[in-house]
Amino acid sequence: MIRALTFSLLLWLSLPAHAIDPSDKLEDPVQDELYQRITEEVRCLVCQNQSIANSTAPLAADLRREIRRMIEEGSNETEIKDFLVERYGDFVLYRPRFRSWNLVLWLGPIVLLTVGFIALVVNVRRRKNLPVDEDAP
Amino acid sequence: MAGKLKFLIPVAVFAGMVAIFYQGLYKDPTLVSSPFIDKAAPAFDLPTLYDDQRRMTEREFRGKISLFNVWASWCPGCAREHDMLLTIAHTTDVPIYGLNWKDERQAALKWLLERGNPYEVNAVDRDNITGIDWGVYGAPETFLIDADGIIRYKHIGPLTPEIWAAEFLPRITSARAMLAGAGS
Repeated sequence: MIRALTFSLLLWLSLPAHAIDPSDKLEDPVQDELYQRITEEVRCLVCQNQSIANSTAPLAADLRREIRRMIEEGSNETEIKDFLVERYGDFVLYRPRFRSWNLVLWLGPIVLLTVGFIALVVNVRRRKNLPVDEDAP
Repeated sequence: MAGKLKFLIPVAVFAGMVAIFYQGLYKDPTLVSSPFIDKAAPAFDLPTLYDDQRRMTEREFRGKISLFNVWASWCPGCAREHDMLLTIAHTTDVPIYGLNWKDERQAALKWLLERGNPYEVNAVDRDNITGIDWGVYGAPETFLIDADGIIRYKHIGPLTPEIWAAEFLPRITSARAMLAGAGS
């Protein structure tokens, strides 16, 4: 009983780990923030529903290492993302870039919303001009 | 008449979307198309497997149509495709270059000793430096490189006789035809 209690107490005490690799933290807080943000946004291609920030796959670790190196060498976010997209394609970013072949993805919802709104306005206007049926229940 | 059939528009749109999504169900999301197709082979300079002092670079690919195969001794898919690589090495004149990827030298040497060596030369990329430059995300991967050092095709996963016949042979034939045309 005591043992079970101690165990559950210990479980409760164990805090969630934030980084896969504790040595992952960069010294400079600005750089570290950039590092965390980019790794959260890069898809791990081996385990596609994880970002490289929370994947234990060796490839994710290699990419974290590269991103860390680039940040320490002074690369900015665009340069790092260009580096990754150049090698792994647009799929590597969770938020795809605006490209000619994915225009539908970006503009589709806006177009649909506009079409729907126009249809609604036209419909309402037309109904407004209909004679009011006094006998309607 | 036209007014009465208007209700069909949303139905048609819906049917179209169903068709697109249904198709998507049968696509393999792990087959990510390579951004390197029709681009020059990325530069590298790595030690070779048998001789640490010798270097291999992307210039090795010049002047012939060749394969660049990413492999490792820990990789089960590589074991499955090994016989196919040996067949290609023995029955065709397409040279196979290897990228020994994230592997231990001793384990890689043992692998080739036990299973046979289909490779002309192997470049050793222990730390996945060249692998990242080539957009490699798993072994095995096989690149088809033409005589100008341009990547023409990339296959992800083990090579099979079917894939060789369907994807590689036609591209090799057309690349050779272009090479012959340019040479004459």
